This record gives sequence, structure tokens and C-alpha cells, in this order.
Amino acid sequence: MIEIGNISKVFGDRKIISEVSMYLETGKVNMVIGQSGAGKSVLLKCLVGLVETDGGEIWYDGRNFTDMDYEQKKELRKEIGMLFQGGALFDSLTVEENVAFPLEMFTNMSKSERLDRANFCLKRVNLPNSNKLFPDEISGGMKKRVAIARAIAMNPKYLFCDEPNSGLDPQTSIVIDNLIREITLEYNMTTVVISHDMNSVMEISDNIFFIFSGQKWWEGKRNDLLKADNKELCDFVYASTFMKEFKDFRK
Amino acid sequence: MSIFGKNARMINILTHLGAYFLMLRKAFTKPEKMKIFFKRLSVEIELIGVDSLALVSILSLFMGAVILIQSAYNFENPLIPAYAEGVATRDSMLLEFSPTIICLILVGKVGSSIASELGTMRVTEQIDALQIMGVNPVNHLVLPKIVAGVLIIPFLILASMTLGIFGGYLATLITDSVSTNKYIYGLQYGFVPYYIVYALTKTVVFAFILTSVSAYHGYNAKGGALEVGRSSTKAVVYSTIVIILFNLILTKLLLN
Repeated sequence: MIEIGNISKVFGDRKIISEVSMYLETGKVNMVIGQSGAGKSVLLKCLVGLVETDGGEIWYDGRNFTDMDYEQKKELRKEIGMLFQGGALFDSLTVEENVAFPLEMFTNMSKSERLDRANFCLKRVNLPNSNKLFPDEISGGMKKRVAIARAIAMNPKYLFCDEPNSGLDPQTSIVIDNLIREITLEYNMTTVVISHDMNSVMEISDNIFFIFSGQKWWEGKRNDLLKADNKELCDFVYASTFMKEFKDFRK
Repeated sequence: MSIFGKNARMINILTHLGAYFLMLRKAFTKPEKMKIFFKRLSVEIELIGVDSLALVSILSLFMGAVILIQSAYNFENPLIPAYAEGVATRDSMLLEFSPTIICLILVGKVGSSIASELGTMRVTEQIDALQIMGVNPVNHLVLPKIVAGVLIIPFLILASMTLGIFGGYLATLITDSVSTNKYIYGLQYGFVPYYIVYALTKTVVFAFILTSVSAYHGYNAKGGALEVGRSSTKAVVYSTIVIILFNLILTKLLLN
């Protein structure tokens, strides 16, 4: 479980995040939604320490992340898996080596044990025959799956996904969404997904947080979202013709 | 330029200088796993050293020959002994061409490659991915490049010196500007072994500058492909300026 208490971030004279508080549950997919430029990605970067906050606190299962020094953060990060927008796979390593990389870095596993674990993770994300390929030889969807395999290789307690469906077709998006949900339940992880894809929200979210102009504007469950009367949230959710028609149909 | 403009520029320079030294401090920490460090070191030695050997060899061979022919053209005075071309070729290669000019050429080849590699890793979030895993990215990526540069570039420079002098020898065979015997005599005449120490000391400093300054610009690239290109250009420009500056300082200190 991750607790965020009044975190803020300012770039120059622009307040990107303004006193956001959240309670991100374990074993649930916690989805942070909002328009482009609302501050979602900065919020995620603050959560994992890629960007320093200008105020507030972040607690990982009772451990104050904001008070930790570099070494303590480094230790905690071994419990974190992250899926980046573009996958962020290492170009010079094969798919198998990418997945085995954190194991080689932080465990005393032998080479065969590492490869076994990498193959297990790759099978788990339905990529059994791509071990020897390089990242530039695989599709965008496959890259995302390799990145998920790498993220789960160390059995993380926390999984962060930054727009996991960006650049993917609807079918592949659903595959990635379902994979994130299955893995969250299977490993009982605290999963945080940043997205502005309403399909994903309706497919896999347990808790939803709507960010507007750097502030937490609304929070609730999937079913609450459709009943919400918050203007900014409704403008965001029902922006597409399909969602507008869906809303009319429900009425 | 107004006083405020000058101040802003000075603050900018000091900020970069501070960030550069902070990066070095992060780089020079104990690697997470020595086995991985040595694996990366061997890869970097190949990229920086072995892959540059052909370029360095061709340049040195031809430059040695050109220095000899130019010296012969200029030393037509009967008061200048005939072996002076050999002395000039040897000392030019040892004192300046091999340690300084070859390092400046390596800035263009190796420095831009380091900056674009790290810059691409930065903009494609590969460096963020390392950081999230709990890896010290500066130590993991930058340290092997600096160590490899400092270890292998002196060998490239020794090869350059040898090939440059050999290039001069070949020129005596191909052209009739200087007799081969006089050239060989000139190579041995008044040889100061300290020149090798001076050249290698300069080389180690230049290798450190070219790898670390280029790594700094690549590591701190922001934005997209355009910025990666810019960081690569900045790496070459700043490494060149710093090397030229240190060339003057070291020459004054070591040959005074």
C-alpha cells in the first residue's frame, strides 16, 4: 500500500502538482487518469523518486520514501517494477538479457538460474520464442510485454505503469491491460497505472483518481465514474462520440 | 553585454561545472557488481580503443610522412644538418601530433559516440529504467567509459607515435627528399625519453576529459532526437576547448 500526503511539485513558476493525497491499495489496480499535461506523469515520477517533490510525503507500507537517503531509496527501488511508455528496453541486450538484467545485478543466481527465471517471466507474458531477439526486432506490443516481464522478474511489491497502451492497437491494448490486472492479483502488488485511455479504465481499474490542473479532482470506483456529475471529469470521460453515445444509451 | 548577462553566463558555467563534478562523484563509487563492471569495461575498451585503431593508424602514418616532406621542404638551408628532418618528425609526433591532435580526433569519433549513446538512453528512458531498478546509472554507464578511455587511449597514442615515425621512414623510401640513413640518425639524435612521459601524461588527462565531458553532455540530454544531436555537438565542442586549455597548462607545467 502506498500513501501520498499533500505532495506538490513546482517547475519554475508553474505548479504542476498541487497538494495531491491518495491511498493506493495493495492487490488493486489504482488508475490515475486525466488530460495530457494534467501532471499525471510528473506525479508518477515523484512517486518513484525520479523527480523530487517540493512538499508532502510518500509512504511505502509505512516507510517514508521522502525522508530516505540515496542508499535507502536504492534498496526500496528493488521492490519496484516500472513499465515505461516506450518500454525503455536496453538496446544492446537481447530480450532474454533485458529480463535477466535486474537478476544479474542484484541476485547471486547462476547464469542458468537467471535464464530460467527470465524464460519463466517471458512465458508469463506470452512471449516464449523471442528470447534471442533485440528490442529493435520486435513490435511495440511485444516491447511492452518484455518490459512487463523485466518489471516482474524481481517479484516486485509495487508496479508502476506509465501509459501502458500508448501507441498500441485496441486488441493489443486489451492484452496488455489484462496482463497488468492478472499480474497484480497473482503477485498481490500495489499497481499504479497512468492512463487517459477510457477503455483501460473501464477494463481493469479498481480505484480511479482523476487529476485536473495538477490537483486530485475526483476519486472513486469504476461504477462511480459513470454516475459522477463532476463537470471536468464528465468532460474528460465523455470526450469521445462513442462515450457520449454510451452515456445517452444508459440514460 | 550587460553586467546581468555576464553574471547569468557565469552562473550557467558554474552550474554546469558543479553538475559535472557531482556526476564524477557518483561515477567514482564502488560498482554494484565487479563482474558486470569488468564486462562493460571490456566492451568499452573495444569500442573506444580497438575500433579507433584503424583511423589512428592511417592518420599517423600519413601525418608522419607529411611532416617529413614538409620539414625537408623548409630545411633547405645548408646550415641546417640533413638529419634535422628526422628530429623534427620525431619530436612533432611525440610532443604534439600523437598526444594532442589524435586526442582531438578521438573527441570527434569517441566523444560524439559516447554523447549520442547516453543521450539516446536518456530520451528513451533507459537511464530512468536503470534508476528505478536501484542501479546507479552514472556508475554503471559512465565509469566503464572513463576507465576504458584512460586505459586504452595511451596505447593508441604509443601506436600513433610509432606509426608516425614509420610513416616518415616510408616517405624517405618513396620520395628522395631525405636519405633514409640521415632520417634514422635524426630519429636517434638528442632523444629525450622524458618526452614520452610528457606525452603519455597529457594523453591520460585528455582521455579523462574527452570521455567524462562527452558523458556529461550525453547523460544530461533532454527532449528528443534533436537534443541528442545537440548534446553530441556540445560534447565535441566543449571537450575540444577543455583539451586545448589543458594542453597549454600541462605543457607549461611539464616542459618548464
